[in-house]
Amino acid sequence: MTRWLVAVDKRTCIGSAVCVGTAPAGFALDERQRSSPLAADIAPDEAVRDAAASCPVEAISLVDADTGEPVDLY
Amino acid sequence: MTVEDSPIKLPAAAPSSPDQSVPQFRALLKDRSVVRAELPDGSTAWLVSGYEEVRQTVVDQRFSRALAVAPGRPLQGTEVFAAGSINGLDPPEHTRLRKLVASAFTARRVEALRPRVVSIVNELIDAVLDRPQPADLVTGFSLPLPVQVICEMLGVPAGDVDQFHAWSDTILGDWQGDSDQIMTALTNMYNYFARLIEIKRAEPADDLMSALIAARDQADRLSEEELTTLGCTLLIGGHETTANQINLSLLVLLDHPAELRKLRADAGLIPGAVEELMRYVRLGGGLPPARVTTEDVQLGGVTVRAGEAVLPLFATANRDPSIFSDPDRFDISRAPANHLAFGAGVHHCLGAQLARLELQEAFRGLLSRMPDLQLAIPAEELRFKPGMALHSLCELPVRWGQP
Repeated sequence: MTRWLVAVDKRTCIGSAVCVGTAPAGFALDERQRSSPLAADIAPDEAVRDAAASCPVEAISLVDADTGEPVDLY
Repeated sequence: MTVEDSPIKLPAAAPSSPDQSVPQFRALLKDRSVVRAELPDGSTAWLVSGYEEVRQTVVDQRFSRALAVAPGRPLQGTEVFAAGSINGLDPPEHTRLRKLVASAFTARRVEALRPRVVSIVNELIDAVLDRPQPADLVTGFSLPLPVQVICEMLGVPAGDVDQFHAWSDTILGDWQGDSDQIMTALTNMYNYFARLIEIKRAEPADDLMSALIAARDQADRLSEEELTTLGCTLLIGGHETTANQINLSLLVLLDHPAELRKLRADAGLIPGAVEELMRYVRLGGGLPPARVTTEDVQLGGVTVRAGEAVLPLFATANRDPSIFSDPDRFDISRAPANHLAFGAGVHHCLGAQLARLELQEAFRGLLSRMPDLQLAIPAEELRFKPGMALHSLCELPVRWGQP
């Protein structure tokens, strides 16, 4: 079964919280208002894919765990 | 925290000076972060002013924009327009539209526009410097800059820019004054975009409207009406907002000469100063976009019942003393990375990165090429346009020294 690896680059994150609003089960902000995934290894999830596609600074990376290739965001 | 039973009354007229309005407002709220208020139209809503509470209101999906602009709700000002646009949707409908445009406004894509923005800034300043003093910075600089940029992005022909500006100005204008005129402007803009879409459909170009048309025609990812409305929304959103953020930021800088001197001495401070200006300036002139709760929610120690309206006060949250020490002090070295001027959550300003870029280059240009830039009339004589949406200056007459 396909798995996705989710990561947020906290140095790039600006705390817009677009991801938290789009996929509340996928992301949360820390006390500095920077995002991280609630789980780093997930079953394919459209809301998480939407969050990655909507990030204003492209700080979210989404990779297919088997192939190591980026997941198509659109 | 206790909550008084009787709601506070919100004054019908917004305070005229954006500088003073936040401390005044805070005094009215008596430092409570969530307060029940009676709005000018007689309806009641929760006013949310605490930083954490405002964040929760705009990020937590239980606070719905779609319910806030649903049929039967009292809509004021630009909320009438929001009701049919991306600004009035919740996920997943909102996400579908947002994804279509998000990639055009990412930090990376916007950064690629920087050289073009710099040259527009320089062309506009050249033209201002050629004019007799005093000159109006609104018509000469702060408005044409974002208008030119967003029109080029969308693919709106330059010759139609003035027409657009007139419509946009009316739409963001005085909703209590003449709503017929505003509805006419909205219809005109909508019809214009419908025609533009037909033209671009026949002859696609390398611009955002052509990309959106392809998303509609090839992938059926949005309806024709959504496509047309999205064009209008992007154009209006990329217009008076940035223009007046430039205007109000300049007024703040001129009012804080020590900070202005620091900025002139070191242009490297400009990005941080832009963030502090975003935090400090109260751009919105009236009530913020409301949310309505989908269920009972705990917010800042009060229970907001399902179906109640909640108003997130971004500018007041940006002066929350528990987050920003000495919050009414303007200090460019603060360079805040966590202000809420662009909102947060799914409705976080789509154009935030573009606005940052335009503001940075606007001030880089103004400070380096117009030394001793100063107001040509006393600040108290500046007039704001009547209306609700934004603190929008009628004119900004300035003088300058020799470069």
